[in-house]
Amino acid sequence: MHDDGLIDTNVWLSAWPTRGSWAATPRALVAKLRRHGVVSAWTGSFDAALHTDIAGVNARLAEACARDGEGVLVPFGTVNPALPDWEEDLRRCHEVHRMAGLRLLPGHHGYQIDDPRLARLVEFAAQRGLPIQIVCSLEDPRSPSPGLIAPSVPAAPFIDVIKKIPRARAMLLNAAARPVAGNAALLRRFADAGNLALEIATLEGVAGIAALLESAPTLPIAFGSCAPFFYFESALLKLQESPLTPQQLDAVRHGCARGLLAAASAR
Amino acid sequence: MNRRLLLKRAASVATTLPFFSCAASAAEPAPDTAATAWGGGELRRVGIWDAHCHVGTPGTSPAKRMAALVAIADRVGIERLCICMSPPWFHEATPEQFRASNDDVLEILRHWSARAFGFVYLNPTYLRESLDELERCVADGPMIGIKLWVGCRCNRSELDPIVRRAAELAAPILQHTWIKQRGRGNLPNESTPMELAELSARHPGVPLICGHTGGGDWAAGIRAIRARPEISADLAGGDPVYGEVEMAVRELGARRVLYGSDASGRSFASQIGRVLGADISDADKRLILRENLRNLLLPALRRRGIAP
Ligand SMILES: [Zn+2]
Repeated sequence: MHDDGLIDTNVWLSAWPTRGSWAATPRALVAKLRRHGVVSAWTGSFDAALHTDIAGVNARLAEACARDGEGVLVPFGTVNPALPDWEEDLRRCHEVHRMAGLRLLPGHHGYQIDDPRLARLVEFAAQRGLPIQIVCSLEDPRSPSPGLIAPSVPAAPFIDVIKKIPRARAMLLNAAARPVAGNAALLRRFADAGNLALEIATLEGVAGIAALLESAPTLPIAFGSCAPFFYFESALLKLQESPLTPQQLDAVRHGCARGLLAAASAR
Repeated sequence: MNRRLLLKRAASVATTLPFFSCAASAAEPAPDTAATAWGGGELRRVGIWDAHCHVGTPGTSPAKRMAALVAIADRVGIERLCICMSPPWFHEATPEQFRASNDDVLEILRHWSARAFGFVYLNPTYLRESLDELERCVADGPMIGIKLWVGCRCNRSELDPIVRRAAELAAPILQHTWIKQRGRGNLPNESTPMELAELSARHPGVPLICGHTGGGDWAAGIRAIRARPEISADLAGGDPVYGEVEMAVRELGARRVLYGSDASGRSFASQIGRVLGADISDADKRLILRENLRNLLLPALRRRGIAP
């Protein structure tokens, strides 16, 4: 029995341009998430990847989550530190939209993960108590539509960025694919950073969560589905595929996500 | 492993997953309790058959590696696993290399014949040796299918004698295909679904399985095999991107679609999840997760006197 529900840290509104979506509306998205026990879904907007008017995207995201989110959809706005006056977008996410965190897309926005502008953004977000999510990949780079494929973001250089800002809290999205998950030394460095989490949407390999925890037992791992770009059930069934202790299962289902939010806002 | 042990393991799994629409169609969202779906052994009742597995789990012997894989398969209701290509993997496998790989699979089958079906790994570039290996492992051995990977483009004439012998042995051929960056990113001898359709046109009526169905570019892969009814689409091995299952069912019919995982490199869960999550009927999900593969393998199994 899991009384504290499931927190999905990797949910999106709007459809990715090259793919359909199983959720035609935010309400359809919420209905399915709730049916599977999701009590809270950290939600960004795919529009943020390609639109330059990010302030508009964030406003629509906040409005959609408030109107149709039924208390489940928690908006995570996007800030692009390569755009002029991004600080104002950050301020609005926090003060106007009262967002719980930020979701960044370096691959789509054309800056490196060790870019000093990103470090400044992480610092400012930490001052406001906002955790940061960094999207490391979306489409398989071997897929079609070369014009829409962003380069995968290498996660390792971010360790040095985040370690210099100890009060920051960050989570890497779609980062747990094989090159990372199979690198035990790198996983331990993530764990040692102390303020960095992963989620499981792109985690592969049989019993992948258990394998991650075997490599790095203290690594914070959250539940994430990348819905509705991915089938939600693919992430959900991973919880069953891995033999986990009740404590590990609770941490993935909600403990890691709650802890990240609490630690970020306790600044 | 006997059925009672399987059921016992199922009962010990605590997570609850209302997957099939019969379990999840209530107007009110179901609470997150242990009382539903998996607790009732829903996936296990389906008894999933997996078309595409590699025994890459750790272990000191092939049979122990298989034991590790089966223990995980048991957690998600997989009853039978088609296995092939024991690691290490070589893109252009020599006869020595593919024989060694098949020796591992033969060793696994000695212990796991109740759970696993073997597909013999061949490289048609070495035609004579491949035909000999087909005799050793399928005609005179316990394997029931053929796996072709990236050693030879599948539209080449070298495949013709292999396909003809496969048809005599009722052994389905699982051919890896991928379309990387519209084909430009493929390995030199890596096949596409378009090339598999060419091969199929030379051998009408012989069952072929389109491994990965083109991978990330599955939408092109499904189109490429649409006109060849003897080709089944293997869902294995890509990201669980929404839409593939629905499109495959729409364009090919549910009976031509096979669940496969490409475990152990891929997760059983991520690959089963897309069938469970697809907007198709429960009857079609059962076809894809079990019945289609079973029907495809039945002639080969009957030939061996196996009645699953
Ligand atoms: Zn494979």
